[in-house]
Amino acid sequence: MSTPIETDVVIIGAGPVGLFAVFELGLYDLKCHLIDILDRPGGQCAELYPEKPIYDIPAWPEISGQALVDRLMEQISPFKPEFHFNRMVSGFRKLDNGRFEVETDEGELLHCHAVVIAAGGGSFQPKRPPVPGIEVYEGTSVFYSVRRMEEFRGKDLLIVGGGDSALDWTLNLQPVAKSVTLVHRRPDFRAAPDSVNKMFAMREEGKINFQVGQVTGLKGEDGQLSAAMVKGPDGDIDIACDRMLPFFGLTMKLGPIADWGLNQHENLIAVDTEKFETSIPGVFAIGDINWYPGKLKLILSGFHEAALMTQAAARLARPDTKMVFQYTTSSTSLQKKLGVQ
Amino acid sequence: MTKITLVAFDGTRFDVDAENGSTVMENAIRNSVPGIEAECGGACACATCHVYVDDAWTDKVGTPEPMEEDMLDFAYDVRPTSRLSCQIKVRSELDGLVVHVPERQA
Repeated sequence: MSTPIETDVVIIGAGPVGLFAVFELGLYDLKCHLIDILDRPGGQCAELYPEKPIYDIPAWPEISGQALVDRLMEQISPFKPEFHFNRMVSGFRKLDNGRFEVETDEGELLHCHAVVIAAGGGSFQPKRPPVPGIEVYEGTSVFYSVRRMEEFRGKDLLIVGGGDSALDWTLNLQPVAKSVTLVHRRPDFRAAPDSVNKMFAMREEGKINFQVGQVTGLKGEDGQLSAAMVKGPDGDIDIACDRMLPFFGLTMKLGPIADWGLNQHENLIAVDTEKFETSIPGVFAIGDINWYPGKLKLILSGFHEAALMTQAAARLARPDTKMVFQYTTSSTSLQKKLGVQ
Repeated sequence: MTKITLVAFDGTRFDVDAENGSTVMENAIRNSVPGIEAECGGACACATCHVYVDDAWTDKVGTPEPMEEDMLDFAYDVRPTSRLSCQIKVRSELDGLVVHVPERQA
């Protein structure tokens, strides 16, 4: 266990709404730490639609997901937020002194006055491929990521997918595994052309197998995989293997936050519309993750929620400071914080 | 208005008057056709509005763009007639279109 990081606010989720919350909280001198399971800021904007235009951001007739994230990062830079990427929040408790403790799956502890859940659709996790009965093999023969390459030494490995993860691991694990078979439903790939060329060259040399097809079922006993059934262009075949790495992209799950005891409404976190506070005082939820009557899952709604949440969070964190509402246009003190004075 | 028919996996037929320019997915959601999830809301960023275009209609509907083809990698039991229904725009020449909902979405 590490020494706890002391801060004002912990924001769970570094998507557009979590990022804008840094700005609003920063205007009230609240220091923020953000935790995100992805390796970069932006959430869905960066992961799902970086290139796609958004048309309903006020004053931006058209802006791409990635450009919006870049602008937000620029806007919040004066407040020097600290990011903890590739982390999932694993623990949460209220401390005796009234503050909160948030724990990450890497064992970091953060202590704060307020927790802001801005987790969008939940945390991105590997998608389970639509293969009946695959659960039985998960963790013993089927893995969704490679933690240590050595675990695949001497194994007959089946890799499924057509993106960068599937191709990269085909190339990297080939020298380690006993055999590698790549299965993809078509001969075209989403992965970088260079990796695809390398893969085809390896196949030419007889170092790996590539099979066009879709995995329809698995064979084995007691979680030990022995073969995968594959439907290919020439009919059904069995491919012998004892390890499988499916790469079917990411899906979003609420994750451990679901166990915090917060009131929920159809997998969303119920909040009030004055402070966007959850059923636990001091814990707020903003953006797509929350629910209240009339809720719209729009980025602009999340921005509004961030501003109102901040009023409550600031009172909580600075109970002895009189809150003064000011405009960035005219307030010299706010402009100093923004570094423009 | 253009008439389209969505056939759920259990065989239930949904005959819908669809506005030209709308997507087949939007009409499925509006009419609560079971089996169409459309998680991403039509951004071609998931594969949960997967349908099979009826054999009689594949030529008129056309083939997926490369981005949609990429997304179809994530769908279940993809066939030559597979499309993402959010990428099929309703137009007059599709009057009578029939699409089938697969057993499950990814």
